[in-house]
Amino acid sequence: MPLTPNLPLPAALEPGGAVVPWWRDRRVVPWLVQGGVGLTVLVLVAFLLSNLIRNLTAAGLLLSWSWLGQPAGFDIAETVLPFQASDPYWRGLLAGLVNTLRVVIAGLIGSTALGTLLGMASFSGNGLLRGLTRVYVEVVRNIPLLLQLVFWYFVVFLALPNGTAALQLPGVVLAKSGLYLSGFGEGLRWVAPQLVSGVWQAPLRWSVEFAALLTGLIAYSSAFIAEVVRGGIAAVAKGQWEAASSLGLSWLQTLRQVVLPQALRVIVPGLNTQYISLAKNSSLAVAVGFTDLYSVAETTLNQTGRAVEVVLFLLGAYLAIDLFISVVMNSLNRLVQIRER
Amino acid sequence: MTALMRRLRHELFATPADGLITVLLLGLLGAGGAGFLHWAFRQAQWAVVRVNSTLFAVGRYPIEQQWRIWLLTALLAAATGITWGMLRSHPRPDRSGELWPRNDRIASLLLVLLALLLPLALGLTAAIQLRWWLITAALLLSRWLAGRFGPLLPPLAKRLLPLGLPLLYLLGMVLIHGGLGLLPVPSAEWGGLLLTLLEASFAILLCFPLGVLLALGRRSELPLLRWGSVLYIEFIRGAPLITLLFLGQNMLGFLLPGGLAPERVWRAAWVLTLFAAAYLAEAVRSGLAAVPRGQLEAARSLGMSLPQAFASVVLPQALRVALPSMVGQFISLLQDTTLLSLIGLMELLGTARTVMANPAFLGRNAEVYFTLAVLFWCCCAALALGSRALERRLDPAALARSG
Repeated sequence: MPLTPNLPLPAALEPGGAVVPWWRDRRVVPWLVQGGVGLTVLVLVAFLLSNLIRNLTAAGLLLSWSWLGQPAGFDIAETVLPFQASDPYWRGLLAGLVNTLRVVIAGLIGSTALGTLLGMASFSGNGLLRGLTRVYVEVVRNIPLLLQLVFWYFVVFLALPNGTAALQLPGVVLAKSGLYLSGFGEGLRWVAPQLVSGVWQAPLRWSVEFAALLTGLIAYSSAFIAEVVRGGIAAVAKGQWEAASSLGLSWLQTLRQVVLPQALRVIVPGLNTQYISLAKNSSLAVAVGFTDLYSVAETTLNQTGRAVEVVLFLLGAYLAIDLFISVVMNSLNRLVQIRER
Repeated sequence: MTALMRRLRHELFATPADGLITVLLLGLLGAGGAGFLHWAFRQAQWAVVRVNSTLFAVGRYPIEQQWRIWLLTALLAAATGITWGMLRSHPRPDRSGELWPRNDRIASLLLVLLALLLPLALGLTAAIQLRWWLITAALLLSRWLAGRFGPLLPPLAKRLLPLGLPLLYLLGMVLIHGGLGLLPVPSAEWGGLLLTLLEASFAILLCFPLGVLLALGRRSELPLLRWGSVLYIEFIRGAPLITLLFLGQNMLGFLLPGGLAPERVWRAAWVLTLFAAAYLAEAVRSGLAAVPRGQLEAARSLGMSLPQAFASVVLPQALRVALPSMVGQFISLLQDTTLLSLIGLMELLGTARTVMANPAFLGRNAEVYFTLAVLFWCCCAALALGSRALERRLDPAALARSG
């Protein structure tokens, strides 16, 4: 067959032999569609950006980051990084970010533990336990998280008594002034919370705001994680349970050594989604008065009026947290996948 | 009786450990239940809910204009009744031709009980009680009428009837907003359940087409569409809703020419819509992935154009698969409306905050939050229940039976 150069484009032909018009030519249509969409988006973005620049110039707020070095002038009640009102804004935002990370990490650990237990309980032989797990999941999932958080804070934690009336467990004291935990004191001595002239003292103190936020987040996320775990366990073939128990393995052994390793393949991707939700949900801290990243950003914006910079920083920070969780979970996912021989 | 005993024994006391767990849980349940009952009937002061019931329902909507909301509620009740009746009277081989099957009788009974007891519990005035009774009667009457006479309608009328629902939505907007001869009510005065439902329904209706387009874009072979959709979806899903609402409230004024930025209520509604669209797109995408490629190819080889093939072959199958996760997104959207209280809108939770700031009701948080929780739980559970019913109806096996 002789090679024919196909430049310039030969006209496409209809099945009947008629020439296809160019606006229906399969080689042209994709470019037309993409050109149209691209142009629309470009015009829209240009319109928004030109407005932004004009409005910002008019308000004297053109993009600049020098305000980050000015003293913040607000205090943060509870920080890991030392922070005071005379410190610059960037330190305040950083302290907020660290507070967010603190909630997220504690929340991840707590909700994974509780969620896994609940997910396993939904396969228990005990009908009452199964039923209660179901009720818990259905109640928690159908009530808005924000409502749950304000409930925990205003109704439960703020109603706690102080002083000698506080709830006391071995090594832990829960009072209206905070949650006190045992820990190492001076000279590496183990110190339990103690009452010093009517005020509790302990090596570790969490504010009630933090405790309420953490409780609410864990209670909420664990219901979703329980569903993920339940789905993962349900995805393991029934024969695996039967085979394991006919080998003489107990219920717990079967779960730990046979079912969970297989279920993890289904569970890990689901957990990724839930962890990212938890990280994003931690921004509701502002409703219970815990100073997290969002709440510092809000105060900063109110004081400086720097809307664009603050919003950009906020979006970037949360995106970075999400990406980090995703990267970790993806490598975990590779670890638990089946390795074909 | 012995069978029941044996079953109970097997479920609750199969092993000593099981027995211990059962006894412990029963103890906890008993203590918790007793504590709750003691609180609900002895300690709680429900006056905060009773006195503010109008505020929770419509916010600061002007009293002399509230008849519009009543009219809308009555119209919605009638539309619900008609839809319900028409669905029941539609012939289906898998169901007996009974007009009032058992489930419908139970639902009607519950409705009547609710209409009788709720006004009593809330201590509403006689006039308002009467209105609720009339609305319930309208619902059941239109249910009966549609079930009885619906099948006698000419086919064209039956096909046009569903168009009434979007029209009703638009009419509802006019009734709430004013215009067309009605006194305008500024959106700052809308509140409570009215605002919650308005924001949620607006976002649910508009995020659906947007989400489907984004999902199609993400699976498109055209790189510009694909990357554009991916960028949008991942950007939105990477940010907490509160930061996006914050962006909407604080930056929209800068992004649009002066004076063109919508009011706060609508800004929030648009942010909710754009937010929900990204999540919905992911739900639809999973549905699209479940449709075998051959379906599109078969449709194309039958001579359908690409939009035709998607509209009548691929999307119907994909949306059926995606239905449970889509409804899941709608449920979280309804719950997410509570975040509007954080940017100062007076939806249910925002209204609750103002009520509890009133010195007369200081410290009555538990009563208010409990009421809101029950309200949200019922709405979300109803959505989930409806989704499950729709899933059963759209199951290919059921569709094949009914032809």
